[in-house]
Amino acid sequence: MAHHEHTLDAHAHGEGMGVKRIWQVFGILLAITAVEFLVALGFVHHWHIVAKGPALYAFYVVLTLIKAYYIVAFFMHLKFEKKSFIICCSIVFIFIIYFIVLMLIEGGYLLNHLQEHPVYKNSGTSHH
Amino acid sequence: MDSLSKLDEVKTTPWAGGREPWSIEYGKIMMWFFLVSDAFTFSSFLIYYGAQKFAQPTWIDADKIFQSIPGIADHGQPLVFVGIMTFILIMSSVTMVLAVEAGHRNSKKEVVKWMIWTILGGMAFVGCQALEWTHLHHVGFWFGQNPATGLTDPAAISAALQPYFTNDISYTAALQFSNLFFTITGFHGFHVTVGIILNIIILCMVLNNTFEKRGSYLMIEKVGLYWHFVDLVWVFVFTFFYLI
Repeated sequence: MAHHEHTLDAHAHGEGMGVKRIWQVFGILLAITAVEFLVALGFVHHWHIVAKGPALYAFYVVLTLIKAYYIVAFFMHLKFEKKSFIICCSIVFIFIIYFIVLMLIEGGYLLNHLQEHPVYKNSGTSHH
Repeated sequence: MDSLSKLDEVKTTPWAGGREPWSIEYGKIMMWFFLVSDAFTFSSFLIYYGAQKFAQPTWIDADKIFQSIPGIADHGQPLVFVGIMTFILIMSSVTMVLAVEAGHRNSKKEVVKWMIWTILGGMAFVGCQALEWTHLHHVGFWFGQNPATGLTDPAAISAALQPYFTNDISYTAALQFSNLFFTITGFHGFHVTVGIILNIIILCMVLNNTFEKRGSYLMIEKVGLYWHFVDLVWVFVFTFFYLI
């Protein structure tokens, strides 16, 4: 038990997050958010330099994923855990990627194929 | 004989048993597994939002619906208020990780200070969200409701919804946006509220010297994981509701 607590403690001290590192990560998160606002408010809304569309959305999603990486890796400390634990907690998101692809295809299908047919009144007579 | 004796050898690899391959405390692992499952719940919500958006010929424009700064401007200020909310939540995430760091040094005084700032940040965020909900409810958006609900004349419906659309106007799209906005930000706000309660409980335990006696502030890390996760979810909600 004593040994166990020692390893946990050494782990926390050895490669953890110092105060300097914390403010560094905060600076990165703040900078990325500032870029998002500059683009959304400035380039898109006020100056009309960039038009809304798939390329802009992809840009937002990439910035979002970078922010997510910094929060999970540094604030949640996952980067400093054992490799097998990192894999254990992240590999399941393959299913989320699959689900995204699946549901967006489904959404497009609903738009293109289900809305173009009207609903017919049921007269109540059948020919069987 | 030689190969047989090899079978009797005690393996010392991390996964050979009798040791902790991850060297993480049980409660912390369970918090991680809970957060992974919670991430699935939020992902399902957001993916359904995406699927609805793809299934509709038109959609609400975030620049137009999120234009108010409650108490200052009723419209004309797109994304400013949500910017303030985002900043508050990132800030409270930083104070939380500073509390964890102070816990590693067993500095009770600093843990208390940073926990109080984290709780205040969380309360400020939920307060901002309440103001935003109030504004949207005031103009006619709610669960199962949009500003054109109750109207029958097509001209009146499109006039009521026109301020929120840039492209074509759709009652169904406005309704689905409204339902999903209140459901998803509500579920996130509920998580923040739970986080505030957990933080207050942990703060009381710190003040009670519970962790001082235990010799470890590991509990701060566990509640910290939850708090950062709530911030993480907001990063995605912010992108998909307010930016895209």
